[in-house]
Amino acid sequence: MTKPRQDLAWRIGGPQGSGVDTAASLFARACAIGGLWLFGRREYYSNIMGRHSYYDVRVAPWELTCHRSTVDILTSFEPETLARHALSVSEGGAIIYDASEADTPLHRIPFLDERVRQDLSCYLEARGLACSPAGLLAAARLREIHTYAVPFDALTRTLAGKLQISQAAVGRTLNTAAVAVSGALLGFDPQYLWRALTKVFAGRARLIEMNQQVVALTYDLVQETWPAQDLPFRIVPQESHQQRLLVNGNQAVALGKLAAGMSFQTYYPISPATDESVYLEAHESFPSLDGDEGSVLVVQTEDELAAVTMASGAALTGARSATATSGPGFSLMAEGLGWAGINEVPLVVTLYQRGGPSTGMPTRSEQGDLQFAIHAGHGEFPRLVLASGNIQEAFYDAAQAFNYAERYQMVVIHILDKALASTTQTLPPFDVSSIRIERGAVQASSVATSANGSYARFSPTRSGVSPRALLGQPAGMHWLTGGEHTSHGRVTEDPVVREQMMEKRAQKLALAAQEIPPDEKLKVYGAPYAAFTVVSWGSNQGAIREALRLLETDGIYARLVQIRLLWPFPVDELLPLLERASPLVVVELNFSGQLAHLLREHTGRESDFLVLKYNGRPMSGQELYGAFGHIHAGHAEPRIVLRNPYE
Amino acid sequence: MATATTPQPTRQDYHVEYPNDWCPGCGDFGILSAVQQALAALQLLPHQVALFGGIGCSGKAVYYLPTYGIHTLHGRVLPYATGAKLANPDLTVIAIGGDGDGLGIGAGHFVNTGRRNVDLTYILFNNAIYGLTKGQAAPTLPLGAQTKSFPEPTIQGAINPLMLALASGYTWIGRGYAYHVRHLVELIQRAIRHPGLAYLDVLQPCPTYNDLHTKDWFAGKDLAAGQARLYDLEQEGYDPVIPAGADDKMVFDKMTQCIAKAHEWGERIALGVLLENHTLSSFQERLGTRLKSYRQAPPARRTIANALGHPTTGLSALFSELAVT
Repeated sequence: MTKPRQDLAWRIGGPQGSGVDTAASLFARACAIGGLWLFGRREYYSNIMGRHSYYDVRVAPWELTCHRSTVDILTSFEPETLARHALSVSEGGAIIYDASEADTPLHRIPFLDERVRQDLSCYLEARGLACSPAGLLAAARLREIHTYAVPFDALTRTLAGKLQISQAAVGRTLNTAAVAVSGALLGFDPQYLWRALTKVFAGRARLIEMNQQVVALTYDLVQETWPAQDLPFRIVPQESHQQRLLVNGNQAVALGKLAAGMSFQTYYPISPATDESVYLEAHESFPSLDGDEGSVLVVQTEDELAAVTMASGAALTGARSATATSGPGFSLMAEGLGWAGINEVPLVVTLYQRGGPSTGMPTRSEQGDLQFAIHAGHGEFPRLVLASGNIQEAFYDAAQAFNYAERYQMVVIHILDKALASTTQTLPPFDVSSIRIERGAVQASSVATSANGSYARFSPTRSGVSPRALLGQPAGMHWLTGGEHTSHGRVTEDPVVREQMMEKRAQKLALAAQEIPPDEKLKVYGAPYAAFTVVSWGSNQGAIREALRLLETDGIYARLVQIRLLWPFPVDELLPLLERASPLVVVELNFSGQLAHLLREHTGRESDFLVLKYNGRPMSGQELYGAFGHIHAGHAEPRIVLRNPYE
Repeated sequence: MATATTPQPTRQDYHVEYPNDWCPGCGDFGILSAVQQALAALQLLPHQVALFGGIGCSGKAVYYLPTYGIHTLHGRVLPYATGAKLANPDLTVIAIGGDGDGLGIGAGHFVNTGRRNVDLTYILFNNAIYGLTKGQAAPTLPLGAQTKSFPEPTIQGAINPLMLALASGYTWIGRGYAYHVRHLVELIQRAIRHPGLAYLDVLQPCPTYNDLHTKDWFAGKDLAAGQARLYDLEQEGYDPVIPAGADDKMVFDKMTQCIAKAHEWGERIALGVLLENHTLSSFQERLGTRLKSYRQAPPARRTIANALGHPTTGLSALFSELAVT
């Protein structure tokens, strides 16, 4: 037998509301406790109960940066999961399914999309197989996939008898049983699942004990039913003394904001941004290291018009203030961005992109808002646009955004996307001590105001930045207006003052472009001097890095230039990198190649290849490895669209 | 250093030398004067006050006071004002806007601000038309009315802002008249002193575009001799107060009484305080119960870094919650 593979992709699916997330958390937590690194991906519908959701947990003894398109183990309780994902199981992998559901015809699975049903029917008919999970299982066995029919009904009865509890109560532990089936088949020591249960159900002793018994009994059943284990995968725990976090993107942003001292956040409920604000509200009070208590005030507003304007009102008093939203909400915020722009308000807007336009695909991922984030609002005003490539960056960028907002007195738009928001990873702890808080120029309270009693809030300076006076501060009174204004905030339509103010505000953007360190503008991964150059932004980073590693095993060297500061566009830092880029490949999770357009607009350089994906799902390293391979081999079209019909 | 005695502000301290571009005879002048007098009478210093304005002629009022004056976006005056008040509860926050601003484009904020009972005062300049865009029908203009700038009578009905304020949860509801300045000064002071959300509707003649609701009309010149259209509720013995701890019956009776007065229009129009409800906690009180540090360290005053710029937010509990083991 060959050495078991240790990079394992495990998928569990089921109707929303049936505990898929809990099962995945249990599996993920157990692997993490076992010292492994993991990357968790969550896919779900805009629905509360019933629609199909699934969760991928990829584990390995080394750090992982993305999911895999194909999985090694598929765990299902019902026919829909099996139907949707059977073709994504890799050769030699395994499908765990409910023995009683295998014969459900595909047309009897209510939420299975017509397109999927038709494709699968064609696939099965061509092989002379039944149009049911049983047919898919037969096809899977032809691809050397192991299939395990778990008698979940019988298991429930056995567990109910042994645990002396009702079948209904046992029914609620079936997710645990399903995870335990996987664990047993993978030779994973059950003590890790037991330990994970104490964390997942922390504080609920009875629940922990019952679930631990379910794990033990399920392990016994698996060993009796399938005594000879021939799966080419194993979960081998690793010795690890390193403290690590199991954290998702929404949480990382919230933690970064808290570390930065944010004390006011507004939001209107919207996927996939809401979880961040809910997490903040759940952790709204905390100790302050100076001995006092601290808190963040989270306000759920009536809409995003109120969210952006209320956050601006708070920012005027000196509070570090932010709002978090997604595309439809960001559309409503456009007017508020302009007001903050002309009044030089330090405001952070966290933008979680999702599939657009309009309602689009609320729970799916896309990078469709780059150009919109850069241009949202009428007229011209400076703003910064940062995009994080992974969870670590999301934490540090969320914190740094406030420094930039206050230093340059402008709106900072921090872009993420649904995939990054819902990705869960094991990570080394965030280094709060590396964060420095800079409040920017604020007018001292004691300074006398001018003869007319008001403070020249927008007085001209060389840098373009004028010290702010905070609402309520003695001797700082001034006016603010959405109109063009004088240095005291008086409305003016004078042509000369208009020019001065436009120039003052624009000057701040030039200052930011000059001061922001190069590694916060862009990062280079892979072979730094390779000609094969991939340019991308946002959460594709992890998948591209994996693709580069795979290429390297083929002896192909390439590099990734990840643009982190999208506005002002880092032209000076990019130009030398583009000089020897050949081919120049731009990778984006959108239809039109928005970054490629920016690149051409600002550097004059057109991409040689565009690799795009716009089905609402994130890219995998595997997919990109394939695309880059074609490009390298010289037989790729200039526009490559990544497609996967079964995700 | 010698302790400076706090200067007692006078009405003159609330005067600003700045050219005013309202039309001659505009009702806004009366309201502005009343705001200036009320702030001086409350002995507030200009830096303690933040005046937020909406878009329209009314919103320009912020330019004519020496306080912090924030001219916001059309319809959004309340969320801006709310953000500032919640972040710095020491500020006296007043929001000013017109009927189109508050009841048309900003109606969602008008209603939802009522749910929060934030301690701020909202003064709505109610002239039933959009003045700055030259006289279109505003949400308070009655169905079928036609002012001189309309090609046809309006076929959209009117909102009753007092009833909407009541339904939305405003805990202080009053109405004044732009030219009854002395009465208005008193109403504004009461609205500001009220420890919750106050809505003050001010009937404001627009001499340029509203030829229906004119100074003469409000004076009752079209009515039988000696009959006044506007009357003061207080002089009729009306009691608007719902004391803390009032029972459901009393709350219901006071609200019904408020609706009855708000519904009056035409020959008799009530001025004064229609409702003063002390049974609801303010948003700041609610926050104070939830966030232990809110009172002594509200968002605007929280220390977030030490002298070296290191964050002072204690995150260790959050990190252990997320720790793998």
